[in-house]
Amino acid sequence: MMRATKFLLVEDDDDHAELVLRNLRRQCGPDSVDRVADGVEAMEYLRQEGEHAGRPRPDVILLDLNMPRMGGHEVLARVKADPRLCTIPVVVFTTSENAIDVSRAYERHVNSYLVKPADFAQFQKMAGDLGLYWGVWNRPLGNIE
Amino acid sequence: MMAKLLHFLLAEDDEDHAELILRSLKRHRVGNTVDHVFDGVEAMEYLRGEAQYVGKPRPDVLLLDLNMPRMGGHEVLMKVKEDPVLCTIPIVILTTSDAESDRLRAYRHHANSYLVKPLDYNQFSKMVDELGLYWGVWNRPCIG
Repeated sequence: MMRATKFLLVEDDDDHAELVLRNLRRQCGPDSVDRVADGVEAMEYLRQEGEHAGRPRPDVILLDLNMPRMGGHEVLARVKADPRLCTIPVVVFTTSENAIDVSRAYERHVNSYLVKPADFAQFQKMAGDLGLYWGVWNRPLGNIE
Repeated sequence: MMAKLLHFLLAEDDEDHAELILRSLKRHRVGNTVDHVFDGVEAMEYLRGEAQYVGKPRPDVLLLDLNMPRMGGHEVLMKVKEDPVLCTIPIVILTTSDAESDRLRAYRHHANSYLVKPLDYNQFSKMVDELGLYWGVWNRPCIG
C-alpha cells in the first residue's frame, strides 16, 4: 500500500455510523475515515467548502440513501456529474432493498450497492469486508488532476 | 441473505490467471456460476447474446482484464457503459497494470472497481477470494 485509503462516510444514523467507523478504523487505520451526517455536508466536504476547507479528497465514499436535507441519490447524481469528483468510487450503504432504489443507483453509476443486514453480526461482518475490499484491494485513483 | 445465485463473466486471455480466478470463484461461493471468454470481442458477443453465445444469461458481474487481443478491456468497458441495456452490470477491472493513466481512464468510463493482480500467488488467491465474497455475496446487483 502506497498510502492509507481515505473513506468518507455519509450517514445520519449514529448507531450505524459508529459500527462502520469502528470496523473501518480497525481494518484501515485510525485516520482512515471521516464522517458527515447528511448530503449537504457531504457536498461541502467534497468541495472543501465552509468548515471543510482543506479536507482531503476521499478515495471512497460510503453513502446512505435516506438522510435529512439531501438524500443519497442526489449526492450520487451530483458526484457523478462533477468532472472533478466523478472518479471517486461511491458505495451505497442502505437499509433499502427496493428494486427502484437499486436500479436508480446503478443508472447513476454507483460503484456498488450494499444492503445493511438487520442481523448485528452480519452487519459487522459486512462492514469489515467492505473495509478490506475498498481499503486494501481496490486501487483508487488518488490525488491526481 | 442471498436473494439469488449470481452469474459472473470473466474476460481474461491469460490462462493461468483465468484458471486461478475460476477455481477460487467456484470453490468459495456457494452455487454462483462463472463463464469465461478470452478477449473483448468474445465478451461483447456474450453480453449481447450473439454468435455462439445465444441464450447465455446476463451476468451479474463482469470481471475484465485490460490487455487482451482483438479488443482490450478499456474498449469493452466503454461499450458496456454506453449501452442502455448493459450499463448497469458492475465491471471489476482485474489487471496487472497499476498505471495512473489506466486507472483514470477506467474510473472515467465508470468502472465499478479497479483491482491490480498481485505478483505473489498467495496474495492473488486471497484477492480473488475477497472479490468473490464482496461481489458474490455482499453487493446487490441490478436485476435486468
